[in-house]
Order: sequence, then C-alpha cells, then structure tokens
Amino acid sequence: MNVVIVGCGRVGALVAATMDAAGHAVTILDISTLAFDRLPDTFKGTAIRGNGTDEDILRRAGTQDVDLFLALTEGDNRNVMSAQIAAEVFDAKRVIAKINDPLRAEAYADLGIGTICRTTILTDAILGYVGVPGTGSTGVRAPAGAHPGADHPPVLGAVSAAAVNPAAGAAAPNGRAVASEA
Amino acid sequence: MFVLVVGGGKVGYYLTRELIQSNHEVVLMEKDRARAGQIADEIGSVVIARDGCEGKYLAEAGANRADIVAAVTGDDEDNLVICQMAKHHFAVPRTIARVNNPANEVLFKHLGVDELISPTRMVLASIEQDIPVNELLHLAALGSGELELIEAHLAPGSPAIGLATGDLDIPDGCTLFAVIRNGRATRLAPDTILLEGDKVLAIGQSECKVALHAQFIGTSEPLIP
Repeated sequence: MNVVIVGCGRVGALVAATMDAAGHAVTILDISTLAFDRLPDTFKGTAIRGNGTDEDILRRAGTQDVDLFLALTEGDNRNVMSAQIAAEVFDAKRVIAKINDPLRAEAYADLGIGTICRTTILTDAILGYVGVPGTGSTGVRAPAGAHPGADHPPVLGAVSAAAVNPAAGAAAPNGRAVASEA
Repeated sequence: MFVLVVGGGKVGYYLTRELIQSNHEVVLMEKDRARAGQIADEIGSVVIARDGCEGKYLAEAGANRADIVAAVTGDDEDNLVICQMAKHHFAVPRTIARVNNPANEVLFKHLGVDELISPTRMVLASIEQDIPVNELLHLAALGSGELELIEAHLAPGSPAIGLATGDLDIPDGCTLFAVIRNGRATRLAPDTILLEGDKVLAIGQSECKVALHAQFIGTSEPLIP
C-alpha cells in the first residue's frame, strides 16, 4: 500500500524501513535532510525534505493517493495538524498521529484520528514489566468520532488486532511489542 | 466574561492588558517561565506559566468555564490544537485563533475554529489596497516631498481614452510628460491620442491628484487621499 510518514525520527525511520522492506511504497518527510541518515541504505522509498503541515508538501508526497498516513514527528500539535490535513483536505482514509499528551490523544481519537500515545504505552510497559498495575487507559486508540476516516480502523503492525477496539478504543495495548519499537 | 488567552507574546500581552482594563476576567497562559514572570510583574497575577496546549493545564486554568479562548501563539499548529481542545474537550462556546500562514485559514475554519485573526492577511490586504488597478499610483516623491511622480493607468471606461492630451483639463502645477504603451515610453505631445491600457506619467503637486483622478480614472474622489 501507499504509505506517507511525516517525521523521520527514530520511530518514523524504523516504521519506514520496516514497511519498505515489507514491500510497501513508502514516502517519508522531514524538515531536515540529516534525519534521513536514520534510514538504512536498503531503503527504496522516497524521502522528501519539507514541512508536514504544509498542504503543498503533502500533495507532493502523494497524500491524495495514500492508503496509510502516519504523523510521527516529535511535536504533538504538528502531528495533529498534519493528520487533520491528510484526513480533511486529502480525504485519507487511514490516519494515525503520535500524540504524547494522553489527554490530547484521547480527545483526537474522539475527533476521528487514530492516536498513539507513547507516554501511556511506555508507562504501562514499564509497570507491566515490574509487575505493578498499569494506567488502565489505552495508548493506542482507534478513531471513535465522526470523521471521513472514522469507519476505517487503523492497522497497527506490531500491536495485535485484539489490542485495538475499533468501536471505543478501550482495550489495553500490547505494551511490550510497542515499547520495543518506540 | 471570562477569557482564556494562550500565548504571552506581544499579541497575548497587549490583549490581556486591554481585557483587564475593560474589566473582563482574564487568565493568560505562557509556557516560558521567564516571560510569564515578566508579564506577571507588569500586569499582576493573571499569568499561569504553563503550556496551554497540554490538556491538563488547560483544565487547571479553568478552560471548562471560559466564555472565550483566544489562541495567539506564534505557531499555527499550537493555536489550532488549543482551539480544538477548548471547543471539543472543554465545550468553550467561542474560540479565536491567530493564523500566521494565510494558507491555513480555510483549514482552521473547516476544523471548527470560530474566528480567525490573520496578521499576515491584514498587512497583505492593506498593501494590495495601496496598489489598486484603477487608481493613480504614487511612484516617487520628488524634491523635498511637495512634488509627486504619478502614474495613471487607463483602464476600460477611463474618460481620457480617445482624447488628445491637449484636450485634457490638467491643473496648473502639473505636467504630463510621458506615456507607456506596449512597453515603450514615449514623450507626450498635445496631439497624442490616449488609448486604453496606456500608462500616463505625470509630475505634480499632491493637490493635483483629485483633478488627475477625475480626468484619467473617472471618479472625482481618489480612494486614497
């Protein structure tokens, strides 16, 4: 499938490399070309320097034909805006944003964007590892509210399908699998 | 009225000050501690040194009872998220966002921000207003400023089209000296017939502009004095 990834940090680069190796057509964006050094030499996808909250750049990256859009920069709000442009302007059906503020992650899932909250995932992974009860909230949320992309639940590679409840996003994530990626 | 202002830059600072003066209840959120402290020293304890993008701190600032949330930081994505969180999570009735990139205006409206303030658009509009197509164009000030070099563009409908320069009623103290036609500048003679699309160059005192406007543009009052 066609994948656009915004942000070539550790997570973005690893997701891009992994999906590329699995045969998907990956385009990755970052505002710094230095970030692309994180991609392996074997990467066959496209790397574009540009701002992921800029409509023109997203068009150049092919967001209009995207099957999966991932906003994975370090900035929660940049990810939110980027994801919403993909969903609202380009009608991308499957959009996921990394949002590290748990409250914002929850709020935007309600607004129809799939969200991944590293804070909750890591916390639960750590607590689970040492045998202490977790936060009880989920770090991976399927879009729950009205949105063009709302009827398409996200496909989240490392997280088992059972970890995502498309209706409410209430199930606990498979913490360890995600944490090893983060 | 309880107004929650997010972003303590120039806009947020003056906005907060004005709102206090007009007796509104105001809280200003500014994430930079030093900046927040500086503003608090000046206008009192209405400043919270927290990031207004963070849901937890919005709640602490009383977002759930705010009548208006004004997001005026320098970053568009922050302003968008602040307004959306205010609207959807805290049910704030009215949200206002500063939009720095005019290209974001449509998106922000579409995504539910109630009102947009666009400084870039405002400056742009006022610049464009200064260069109207059907107006006299001030090219330069001459001498110590009492004389102006003026260009008049003869748009369709200009009363000067088809007339000879000598037949125009040009006031004293003003000289028409050249016409630009098809990219070439030609000296104006009294028998030169003016055509649509011509650009007539004149030098004159500022007071002449009213008369020039009437002759070349057609209405007697210049839009810009």
